[in-house]
Amino acid sequence: MSNQNIRIIQDDIIEKFSMLDGDMEMMIGYLMELGQKLPEMPDELKTEENIVKGCQSKVWLTAVEDDGKIYFQADSNTAITKGLVSLLVSILNGQKVDDILEADLYFIHKINMNRFIGTQRSNGFMSMIKQFKMYAIAFKTKLENEA
Amino acid sequence: MSTVATTDTYFDIKKIRTDFPILQQKVNGKPLVYFDNAATTQKPQQVIDAINKYYEGYNANIHRGLHSLAEKATTAFEETRLTFQKFINAAESEEVIFTKGTTDSINLVATAYGRKFIKASDEILISGMEHHSNIVPWQMLCEEKGAKLKVIPVDEKGEISLDDVKSLINKNTKIVSVVFASNSLGTVNPVKEIGQLAHKFGAVMMIDGAQAASHCKVDVQDLDCDFFATSGHKMYGPTGSGILYGKREILEKMNPYQGGGEMIKDVSFEKTTYNDIPYKFEAGTPNIADIVALKSAVEYINQLGKENIVQYENDITAHAHKRLAEVPGIHFYGTATNKVSVVSFTIDNVHPYDVGMMLDAKGIAVRTGHHCTQPLMDHYGIDGTIRASFSVYNTKEEIDFLADSLKDIVAKFS
Repeated sequence: MSNQNIRIIQDDIIEKFSMLDGDMEMMIGYLMELGQKLPEMPDELKTEENIVKGCQSKVWLTAVEDDGKIYFQADSNTAITKGLVSLLVSILNGQKVDDILEADLYFIHKINMNRFIGTQRSNGFMSMIKQFKMYAIAFKTKLENEA
Repeated sequence: MSTVATTDTYFDIKKIRTDFPILQQKVNGKPLVYFDNAATTQKPQQVIDAINKYYEGYNANIHRGLHSLAEKATTAFEETRLTFQKFINAAESEEVIFTKGTTDSINLVATAYGRKFIKASDEILISGMEHHSNIVPWQMLCEEKGAKLKVIPVDEKGEISLDDVKSLINKNTKIVSVVFASNSLGTVNPVKEIGQLAHKFGAVMMIDGAQAASHCKVDVQDLDCDFFATSGHKMYGPTGSGILYGKREILEKMNPYQGGGEMIKDVSFEKTTYNDIPYKFEAGTPNIADIVALKSAVEYINQLGKENIVQYENDITAHAHKRLAEVPGIHFYGTATNKVSVVSFTIDNVHPYDVGMMLDAKGIAVRTGHHCTQPLMDHYGIDGTIRASFSVYNTKEEIDFLADSLKDIVAKFS
């Protein structure tokens, strides 16, 4: 069960997508807008090791932990993919380690993501989610070792 | 709709479009504009009907059955061979071997010819614009035999020069394999002249004709090539149907490709003797339905007239270059003097994937990426391009819509 904050943000995304009425051009436009709002990622973080494996486009993702919460930075070399990763950043950024690990990202099915981004991009999107959760696992282990 | 006056007839695009049922649909709520023809062409009703008629009326395994259905299926299957023989002007129908497609055909030659005749220190010559299917089989052969793969360079326009071929070819060259028309750039290569140089040094000449079969005049005797490979699905035919043409004397001295039924004369546990060409290379039950329907695809092209098709496609490709040049920040890859209906480009500050997806939202199908020619993309220092490739059912109006859509997309990024 996701924490309430994560549910509220997802519900907000679902509502916004429902207003686009399945129009591909509008959905792409909306995703690009979201991507443009993503805070700039410094070039020095766009390294080979920060690349999310399994995406057709280049996606970089980094994370820092502060007081049990994780803060993400992301970017992509394609505008639409940047929009996709920004959806995940908007939901998971600043959330507690355990909340990220337990997050049920039901918005993906509700907005019918697979249908509009296609199978290959869906696989890439799943790789992004996996990478967000991998960071959470790594920080959880670190925090437990420190305790 | 375009109606173009050609040499001897009027080419009615509106009528042609009605032959292709898939074109009548909407994609993402917009009329489909299909510009991914270099990947695969759509199929006319005649081809679809031929597949259905086969399964509905005379599905049977070929060549060995004595019953009426088997006889009918065998006749239809062999009629495609005869039709294709005429289509590429092969001297004999036995020189036409059915395969799954161009990739299969090239692998057949690399395996059945290459493994028998290539030795360490031999050289195989290809060009820098080859599809992976005309690179990797030769690389595998070279690795196995200790032979060397050499590459004819591609210039900025996307052409290769005969002088470069002359400087790379020598007495060690045993196979030259070059694409007739590039799938990424559209360039039509001087394959006949390259073949003459190959023969001068005793090498065999193979032509990758995947794009050429529907876009170029193909006469294998005039080209004097030793092998010619093509795919049915890129010339309005079914997927999984292709041919390998080979000269009789070369095919006869080659090893078989795969072992199994059909390719044998007699089998015993002590010794197996192989069938004659073309059956020596057609082990197992072939893709009968699709090969039967391939005849309808050839007949469709013949009915429209290859020269008319080439003239029309050249006309709309020139129109595309003109209209797309209006798009701010566009760069073309492949501006050869002699080219088929492929327009490959990038746009400043816009990733090809974004362009592909935004065009798809408008109902326009293009290909984005490296088009299975990664070494060529490396040569240009790019990850990939956006490729619009046209066929006989495409119109200038569709191209105008592409140009206008690209301008819209660029505006969103500026």
